[in-house]
Amino acid sequence: MPVKTHQVTIVRSSDAATEFEVPAHDNQTVLDVVSWIQQYADPTLSYRFACRVGMCGSCAMTVNGVPRWTCRTHISKVLQDGAVEIGPLRNLPVVKDLTVDMDPFFDKWIAAEGVHHESRTRHDDIAPIDASDPARVEASAGIECINCAVCYAACDTVTANDSYLGPAALQRGWTLLNDAKDAGHDAILEAVSGTGGCHNCHSMGSCTALCPNELDPMSAIAGLKRETAKSFFKRRR
Amino acid sequence: MLTLRLYMLQRITALVMAPLVLLHLGVMIYAIQGGLSAEEILGRTQGSALWFAIYATFTLSIAIHGAIGLRAIAAEWGGFRGYGLEALMWVTGAFLLGLGLRAVWAVTYGAAP
Ligand code: SF4
Ligand code: SF4
Ligand code: FES
Repeated sequence: MPVKTHQVTIVRSSDAATEFEVPAHDNQTVLDVVSWIQQYADPTLSYRFACRVGMCGSCAMTVNGVPRWTCRTHISKVLQDGAVEIGPLRNLPVVKDLTVDMDPFFDKWIAAEGVHHESRTRHDDIAPIDASDPARVEASAGIECINCAVCYAACDTVTANDSYLGPAALQRGWTLLNDAKDAGHDAILEAVSGTGGCHNCHSMGSCTALCPNELDPMSAIAGLKRETAKSFFKRRR
Repeated sequence: MLTLRLYMLQRITALVMAPLVLLHLGVMIYAIQGGLSAEEILGRTQGSALWFAIYATFTLSIAIHGAIGLRAIAAEWGGFRGYGLEALMWVTGAFLLGLGLRAVWAVTYGAAP
């Protein structure tokens, strides 16, 4: 009996082979397919992964034109007539083949003040957190971000505007703004109000539609727009 | 390429424009009942501080709103950056404002034809 296979096209940065026939298995993920190619067909294929369980955020690729976490995406869900095209994430420089340079993504994370701003010293008590507090609910909503850059690759505004901080970085700004343990309120509002700031978002929601963790960066950005607008009037008084 | 300042200016001018657009359309529909003539229009507007104030505000809002909107389109679709982008915004705004105010002045306090 002939083995069932998938027709896989890999978008590569070199002129190495791009077409592969990969044996089909049950419960096979897109990452399994890429790994099979690297292990059995072409060891020069470069790609990145670590945890294989949707925790580390390193395995995102463009699958049939859509950014996805490949370790948690079943190949059966994305095949079109038994074929699939796998390429590197959009909006980031390609290092080699399926591996992109994540530096711009993380640089913008920091530019959006997505860093800890200490509010207490080791001699103070830990800030009490009330899980039902409305600000805490906002903070908790975005906390499970795995830095996979799927939303960043999905965002047309990032494509059109190289300085735009992007959904993930802005969402982290919003998370910290609402975190009682973070003292970065003013610094964050300032950081998200410049040329690359939250006001460039067109609220079309590709980020929210494609975030594999079902987070909602679009609404987080809307929150930043509201808060910065309020601060705009306050500062003027 | 929008900063908080530009964003707020665009939102505030939108708020100003919303009722003025309705007023503008309403007056247009009212004015064309039973034909439309230059005399009729000028009879309403000439020497009127109220119409001048309304349309001068409207024109100013349009110039600001439009120039900022065009700026975003020019940046995202036309690849404009830096001084080119700033110049495009200011020139567009000044052009719209000049054209608009000239017309507003002509139908209110300008010399009668
Ligand atoms: S909603 Fe905003 S951040 Fe999300 S994809 Fe659209 S423009 Fe990008
Ligand atoms: S918000 Fe979602 S899509 Fe974006 S980096 Fe975080 S987990 Fe990935
Ligand atoms: S390999 Fe870690 S999230 Fe996919």
